[in-house]
Amino acid sequence: MDRLIFEKGRPGRRSASYPAADAPMEDLPAELRREAAPALPEVGELELVRHYVRLSHKNFSIDTVFYPLGSCTMKYNPKVHERAARMPEFAGLHPLTSEDHAQPMLRLLFEMEDILKEVTGMDGVTFQPFAGAHGEFVGISVIAAHHRARGNKKRIVLTPESAHGTNPATAAMCGYTVQPLKTDPRGMVDLSDLKAKMNGEVAAIMLTNPNTFGIFETDILEIADVVHRGGGLLYYDGANLNALLGQCRPGDMGFDVVHMNLHKTFTTPHGGGGPGAGPVGVKAHLLPYLPVPVLVKEGGRYRLDDDRPQSIGKVSGFYGNAGMVLRAYVYARMLGAEGMRKTSEMAVLNANYVRGRLLDHYEQKYKTQPMHETVLSASKQKRESDVSALDVCKRLIDFGIHPPTVYFPLPTVVPEALLIEPTETETLEQLDAFVDAMVKIAEEAQKSPDLLREAPHHTPVGRLDEARAARQPVLRWKRG
Amino acid sequence: MNYTPHTQQEIDQMCRALGIGSPADLFNVVPGPLRIDGLNMPRGLTEMEAMAHLNAVGAELRSRAPALSFVGGGAYEHFTPSVVQEIIGRGEFYTAYTPYQPEVSQGTLQVIFEFQTMICELTGMEVANASMYDGASALAEAVLMAVRLNGGRRVLLPRSLHPFHRRVVETYTRGIELEIVDLPWSESGALDPAQVESRLSDDVAAVVVQSPNFLGVLEPIGRIGALLRDRRTAFVASVNPISLGVLRPPGDFGADIVVGDGQPLGIPLSFGGPYVGFFATRDAHVRKMPGRIVGETVDHAGRRGFVLTLQTREQHIRREKATSNICTNQALCATAATVYLAALGPQGLREVGRLNWAQSHRMEKALCGLPGVKRTFSAPFFNEFTVTTPRRASVLLARLRAKGIEAGLDLGRFYPDLDHSILVCVTETKSDEDIEKAVAAWREVL
Repeated sequence: MDRLIFEKGRPGRRSASYPAADAPMEDLPAELRREAAPALPEVGELELVRHYVRLSHKNFSIDTVFYPLGSCTMKYNPKVHERAARMPEFAGLHPLTSEDHAQPMLRLLFEMEDILKEVTGMDGVTFQPFAGAHGEFVGISVIAAHHRARGNKKRIVLTPESAHGTNPATAAMCGYTVQPLKTDPRGMVDLSDLKAKMNGEVAAIMLTNPNTFGIFETDILEIADVVHRGGGLLYYDGANLNALLGQCRPGDMGFDVVHMNLHKTFTTPHGGGGPGAGPVGVKAHLLPYLPVPVLVKEGGRYRLDDDRPQSIGKVSGFYGNAGMVLRAYVYARMLGAEGMRKTSEMAVLNANYVRGRLLDHYEQKYKTQPMHETVLSASKQKRESDVSALDVCKRLIDFGIHPPTVYFPLPTVVPEALLIEPTETETLEQLDAFVDAMVKIAEEAQKSPDLLREAPHHTPVGRLDEARAARQPVLRWKRG
Repeated sequence: MNYTPHTQQEIDQMCRALGIGSPADLFNVVPGPLRIDGLNMPRGLTEMEAMAHLNAVGAELRSRAPALSFVGGGAYEHFTPSVVQEIIGRGEFYTAYTPYQPEVSQGTLQVIFEFQTMICELTGMEVANASMYDGASALAEAVLMAVRLNGGRRVLLPRSLHPFHRRVVETYTRGIELEIVDLPWSESGALDPAQVESRLSDDVAAVVVQSPNFLGVLEPIGRIGALLRDRRTAFVASVNPISLGVLRPPGDFGADIVVGDGQPLGIPLSFGGPYVGFFATRDAHVRKMPGRIVGETVDHAGRRGFVLTLQTREQHIRREKATSNICTNQALCATAATVYLAALGPQGLREVGRLNWAQSHRMEKALCGLPGVKRTFSAPFFNEFTVTTPRRASVLLARLRAKGIEAGLDLGRFYPDLDHSILVCVTETKSDEDIEKAVAAWREVL
């Protein structure tokens, strides 16, 4: 087992060096002067490099293994994106440098706004949000501002019972009460339940389309009509936008606000949990409420406009994760119109191919043809061999494959859920290898279920005691 | 260029397996009126074409760039040891997913555990989370957490708080209708503890103190901490982490929550992001904290390992009752900060702090030796300070820009009454010669 970086090194050892500073710091009042140094590591550079490189080997990553992680769109992260972001002209650009200096960067951002407007069918885009959930916060705040400006008294946000946890959390953060919507037998929003809940107090409905089951909401135009007539707005959670690139657009479906996850559809790297980027697009009637600053073009010059009296305000220190937007820009320009369409086609083909091969081995609650992802279930394995979806996932690790998303949708919606999204960048051989592993695991579940229950067998650590971690929290190292 | 590996033969084979004629058939579930023929955008580029385009944009940026920049104001130019980029440039780190499957994520999880420890050590606090989006949103989340802790209805925000951070706090607190009360700065540029005291009452959820503040000056955090010691009101401090090698941390003065932006710790400027917010508090408050947290535990064989823990605070478990909606954070930037701090160690961090102090004070002395230039505020500063001149800041800055020097920020942009004042930032990246060159330019344009 690797020790922590704090448990390595020796007092006085060091990596980085700086020229000596002779400042006596005499103006610094004694009570503000730090006497006890922080207990940071004291390691040499080689020791430091080995420590972190060895740690990196303990990670699964897209660069090393297949990640069929539903709703996360773990596609290949092209290397050219990193090369672009590291160019010193971009990496060294100060957010408060003169507007004149920043013009080329502002132009690039403006171009990217145009691309995302075209992709989503919206009229304006902001890059301020740092991630999907942050985009949701912006989007629902915009919707709240719209209702406030009209004197509307609305207090409810509707989300499908299969919605991602950020949807209800966001609605609550913006002061709304959340009501779940039922799923009909096709795996779509239950229209009659929606109609019953449109009581005049609904501010918005938050939907993904395709939804969390990977199923396209074919009633979307009617849903939009029902919600709009009831005085509500439609929020599009862009988690699943990869399925629709160049095929159809949320703006044409009646959505008023969308967020996109650039770290999903536009493949900026996940970084072990971030950074992402969650740009938000809105229809024309909501433009006045976008967060500031808004990028404007006037006579060939670009400007960050802060003077927007109806804006929801600022949500990020500067302009969001501009470095991630740059990566996504390179991706969008390289794909072009035809590459976008090919991307969604192959994403949907891959998902359906995998589903087709797995249906004889795993159950499926909603049998409608899915798009870019599909929800299977380990219910049969649970019933017959008392192994769970989690056990199936952990065993998959032994085959060198990252598990699908598990227990999402929630067990109340689909028991023992396995949410599988292969993405378009995987080869047929890889898909077959995944399916073969899943079939083998289904067999093992019957013949030697302990192999699953005790998995994984070949990782640096086995299953960890999560209950103990939560009951007796050890959240930092302390000098002994 | 697209990244799909399928050959036509394979596509045909897959379609046959599905009993469809072509992949387009899978989109028949989309109602006809919604379908489009394609997007109205230029054809795709090859990598060579894309790089040529980016190089042209880069060249244009270079031609407009100043030779020397003294702009800070919440984002800072610092030197980063080469190991930082090498480590975070490893695909095993940057193409990994959120560590929900701990057995295959021990690399990321251990790094974050080390990050949490380092943030605690820097700030003098007991517990830190796995990161927030940036310093501004971390502060806003701190204010929301203070309200969860004590149910207060008002928050005191200094006028010298970074104006962008202030606006983010305003946006985040609209949903809970929190009243924001202004704290003025005194003549020295720092808060006057008596003024703070006069605005305190039981319904104040938090007092926010940023040190150094937006004017560059150090706040009397010890005296403000003492004022709040026996009160329900939370003491929320926002700090520049690179100053904490030489400055006493807020944890020493009884802070309840300490936040800040980790950008100075080895993260490139990148036009404002991605950066990393950090968030630290007391053990007693950990279950009210937003964001992911990594904890230590053991596996069935007793081996030490790390997991995401205390997840019942989070949106994927608690949904509308979560402490925050945050999901994706800035893990890779936290990794960069961890490697940066490990490379510097306690000695290096102190040296960088002293160098920032030395170079900024050298510049300040030289500028204040010029006719008509004086410090706007008298309180001590770290690596940023404000000077006032007889000329309008915007005019002076434009003249210096023409000489290739981005000399600082026009404070009139943020405070109309300070339109003759410039916020000047000098980090370790500025040599004595750079400073002489800049001061000579100032002398010519005054």
